[in-house]
Amino acid sequence: MWRFIGIRLLQAVPVILAVITVTFFLVRMAPGGPFDSEKAVMPEVKAALEAQYRLDLPLPQQYLAYLGDLTKGDLGPSFKYPGRDVNELISAGLPVTAELGIYALLVALFLGGISGVVASLKPNTAQDYIPMSLAMIGICMPAFLFGPLLVLVFGIYLEWLPVAGWGDIPGDKILPSITLGTAYAAYIARLGRAGMLEVMSQDYIRTARAKGLPEWQVVTRHALRGGMIPVVAFLGPAFAGLLTGSFVVETIFQVPGLGRFFVQAAFNRDYTMILGSTVFLSTLIVLFNLLSDILAAWMNPRLRAQFGGR
Amino acid sequence: MPLNRLKTLVVLVFFSTLVACGGGESNVSSGNREGILHYGNGSEPQGLDPHVVTGVPENHLIRALFEGLAVKNPYTLEPEPGVAESWDFSEDGRIITFHLNPRAKWSNGDPMTAQDYVWSWQRALNPAMGNLYAYMLFPVKNAKAYATGDLADPEQLGVKALDKLTLQVTLNEPTPYFIQLMDHYSTFAVHRPTIEKFGKSTDRFTKWTRVENMVSNGAFKLSQWRLNRRIVMEKSTTYWDADKVKLNGIVFYPTENIVSEERMFRAGQLHYTQVIPLEKIPVYQAMENTPYVQAPYLGTYFFLINTKVPPVDDVRVRQALSMAVDRDTLAATVMQKSVYPAYSITPPGALGYKPPKVFGYDLEKARALLAEAGYPNGEGWPGLEITYNTSESHRKIAVALQQMWKEALDIEVTIANQEWKVYLDSVTQMNFQVARRGWIGDYVDPNNFLDLYLTGGGNNNTGFADPHYDDLILRKAPQAKSREERFAIFTEAETMLMKEMPIIPVYTYTSKHLINPSVRGVPSNLMDSINFKYVWLDLETKTGTGE
Repeated sequence: MWRFIGIRLLQAVPVILAVITVTFFLVRMAPGGPFDSEKAVMPEVKAALEAQYRLDLPLPQQYLAYLGDLTKGDLGPSFKYPGRDVNELISAGLPVTAELGIYALLVALFLGGISGVVASLKPNTAQDYIPMSLAMIGICMPAFLFGPLLVLVFGIYLEWLPVAGWGDIPGDKILPSITLGTAYAAYIARLGRAGMLEVMSQDYIRTARAKGLPEWQVVTRHALRGGMIPVVAFLGPAFAGLLTGSFVVETIFQVPGLGRFFVQAAFNRDYTMILGSTVFLSTLIVLFNLLSDILAAWMNPRLRAQFGGR
Repeated sequence: MPLNRLKTLVVLVFFSTLVACGGGESNVSSGNREGILHYGNGSEPQGLDPHVVTGVPENHLIRALFEGLAVKNPYTLEPEPGVAESWDFSEDGRIITFHLNPRAKWSNGDPMTAQDYVWSWQRALNPAMGNLYAYMLFPVKNAKAYATGDLADPEQLGVKALDKLTLQVTLNEPTPYFIQLMDHYSTFAVHRPTIEKFGKSTDRFTKWTRVENMVSNGAFKLSQWRLNRRIVMEKSTTYWDADKVKLNGIVFYPTENIVSEERMFRAGQLHYTQVIPLEKIPVYQAMENTPYVQAPYLGTYFFLINTKVPPVDDVRVRQALSMAVDRDTLAATVMQKSVYPAYSITPPGALGYKPPKVFGYDLEKARALLAEAGYPNGEGWPGLEITYNTSESHRKIAVALQQMWKEALDIEVTIANQEWKVYLDSVTQMNFQVARRGWIGDYVDPNNFLDLYLTGGGNNNTGFADPHYDDLILRKAPQAKSREERFAIFTEAETMLMKEMPIIPVYTYTSKHLINPSVRGVPSNLMDSINFKYVWLDLETKTGTGE
């Protein structure tokens, strides 16, 4: 098991290095720079700015200097926000995005898990079709439609919940979490249903039933663990997706997370911020994929045997 | 298996905490009670150092935290005393003496001195600073030479402290709008000991603007700064005119998403929005007692023409294109009556200046001009491309122009959108035929618009060059004896410009806000300038949102 983790971690290093290199040169190829603005910038001012940010050096030298800083954990100063460095911006946004992601994941597991299991118990009946159709709608409905709809109903007509913000007004975390979670709930419902259907036809379930266990115990004690393996395999990429993909929800609800910085950085040609967040997020994605592989192995006896663990 | 029970528990706890919250008093009603203004500020500021940042949201924040030598009266836009209680001009108008208010203090209690300004202006102009707005101080003697590195000694700048409270500024030539510039943040004083405590004076990234470090001199002081969430200010007790300040505090929200901002306003989370989505305007315009406030703004939306490339290198083609734009219809339909048609680069009403109307919507003349240029009824037309930066409203306007030109002149025009920085690059490199553009004035004076088209000017981008025009703007106008004479010179210059037509003016911008009826002291003005010192919240007003 440890060997497996070690190998996977080593494999991650060249992947991340490639991400850094490609991103570094790609953003420099985009026309326009961080200091271009609608008003003409005096050449002297531009030169002074470039000197302050090391942009006056030849590109390969800038690249090496960046890698050097990176090994020290320094992602450099932000171009767009003078006085802030990228580490600070990421550490300000990450807890918020992570919190939102965790809530959304809980919403997704709760809604998706229940409807997936419910649907799988009586396949091809109304009990299956209704939750699965809802799941299909959930997958198809984009957050930029679903979020404003929720806001309109719960925020403006019913006046139950705040329409925007994060941790400022009681209850303002509910709507963003639900909006972000719903799309993932739909995936989980479909994966859960498929996994459960497969497990429910296995011999050991028949054995459990033959022992005379009530159906709910058969499901919760025996079927669920095996049936949820596809869901668990999905959780790692899903959480990484929640972290990187929450931009739309963050924008709708004015959530001060990472997503807004990430996307705006590209528009602003905030080189250090683009690089910093790309490196950070790609590292996270690699780690979460690894984590979900480990978790899946732990839940699946056949895989566990392969690693020789117990 | 206990995993499931644990999961159920977690989910239950999660939902009960979420639901247990909810409800409560709106920001607007608690704000009215406590004297706290909840202000939608458009976006997270780049920073708060007056000599480093640029932008409208930054302007609002900095002008609440700091005060200039003179400030604009929000009702008249005429300068009134700020840190300086008075100022006088020498006979020839080239030397200004500012008399500082002895009660003016920094927020840490230090008195403000003339020396603060000498040091701050040296900092603002220091070439190592990379201050984008350094040119604001260029009317000052030797300022340009110092900022561009031609002059190394900052002591030779035309700014001297005669004593603790007397500041003498020497200008290159009489500059009637110079006092106005004292309300622009690039000319503000900053607190030297604080800045030097956290780094070199020219460092762009030091921590002196953080809540725990910042020292400022305005009506409010910084009390909380949560990145991308809010900036909170409270009334400053050291401010010299604190008795007149009515608000106890302001909360600024980075309302990047204008659709969400409007929803926050409707839900009572904001007193004031920075803008309003275009499609919501008719709804609010139709309301009784509408919270929607629209006013002309010192800015013009126009199209740049590259006068160096065919077919628009021919002045007759440029005139034909401009005359075939039906600005009234455009303003009424595409822009939902939220803008005013423009026929000049200078917006009307800049301290009494009325721009000339050289041409109008005239299809016959447009067709005749086009025929004269060699394209009768559009025959032989080589094609034309309109470039704009990606945005839904810019696209709509470009499409409208495309249709108008097709219908009126029977010519084919294509439109091309570019991502913002790519578009900026194309405009600077003059790599376009016709390109969308906007210009917002930094100060209320026609000069701020007309000097764009000086030969080789950094913002010219059209290839327009005329020595006579340059002479009017650079030499004749500054030497004018009276405002009337000066404006007559500007009229002459603008007439020349609109005859040569290197740009096609389309509309005058407007400021558009949703303002809760309880907010008072926020008169509309051409600069969309809000002075928080004058703002108060009227408890008597019913706190509606206009619905």
